[in-house]
Amino acid sequence: MSGKIDPMHQFTVEPLVPLHIGSYDISLTNSAAWMLATLAIIGVFMWGGMKRQVIPGRWQVAAEGVIGFIDDLVKVNIGPEGKKFTPFLFSLFTFILVANFLGLLPLAIVPGWHTFTSTSHFSITGLLAIMSFSLVLIIGFWRHGFHFFSLFVPAGTPWYMLPLIVPIEIVSFLVRPFSLALRLFVAMMSGHILMEVFGSFIANGFGSGSAVGFGVGIVSFIFVVGVGMLELLICALQAYVFALLTSLYLNDAINLH
Amino acid sequence: MDLQSAKMIGAGLAAIGTGAAAIGVGFVFGSFLQGALRNPAAADGQQGRLFLGFALAELLGLMAFTIALLILFVF
Repeated sequence: MSGKIDPMHQFTVEPLVPLHIGSYDISLTNSAAWMLATLAIIGVFMWGGMKRQVIPGRWQVAAEGVIGFIDDLVKVNIGPEGKKFTPFLFSLFTFILVANFLGLLPLAIVPGWHTFTSTSHFSITGLLAIMSFSLVLIIGFWRHGFHFFSLFVPAGTPWYMLPLIVPIEIVSFLVRPFSLALRLFVAMMSGHILMEVFGSFIANGFGSGSAVGFGVGIVSFIFVVGVGMLELLICALQAYVFALLTSLYLNDAINLH
Repeated sequence: MDLQSAKMIGAGLAAIGTGAAAIGVGFVFGSFLQGALRNPAAADGQQGRLFLGFALAELLGLMAFTIALLILFVF
């Protein structure tokens, strides 16, 4: 038995509950269902962690740990004025983190089920990036007015360098939402493709029945275990990097030099 | 050479970029360790910059990967 390897199939968006209003298709897709599951998990986690006991239990310590982590990130990167953006960064971080981890669950053991990583689609990560980018724009123009454009002129630039520096800074500013979205989306997608391809090598290798196929299966299995651990690291790291970069961009908008 | 094989070769060439990004990421962490082992007390405060550098270096490799995927599946 050697099945054809189809690594892109896992990213198909399928409607679970078909729903049409007029000519619009607003079906509940598997992507939406996994995002709802993400929200539910975050909701339960926070509901259990916000009991405000004087002597915190394990659950409350876990929730306080995550909140403290984001709080430190904001304090270090934005300063005291960034305190009111902590909830936004916390929501971004936990949503991306839980969505990434949900996509790695080995649910495919149950026949007919397979996990879906909602963050492996550019439409989702793009929306998250647009949210943080537009927040940067709104905060920047609200606090500084048109003085916000001085973001494109780094402090201490000699005047004769301006024609060169300003276009570079404008391009680097406009590229920010794309780089934010692309990083998360491609990191998630490439990891899942890698695991799918080597997972298929295991199945096809053991299924072939020959000694070479058996050897390939063993090697692929060891490799997949390593890649799986790396993926867990990447999941957490990408969520952290998204929150970190958003906080740095917010810092640009709040503490204009 | 027909279009299909040209596409495959192009995708393979685009994947070289991920190796270049690996060198970049290695430089970031290697340089961080060099600095951190000389002054361990100051290392913890620089972790944000470490991950910023990692993210920026990694992005370029991911872009090369995206190009390879675009060549393979879109065009």
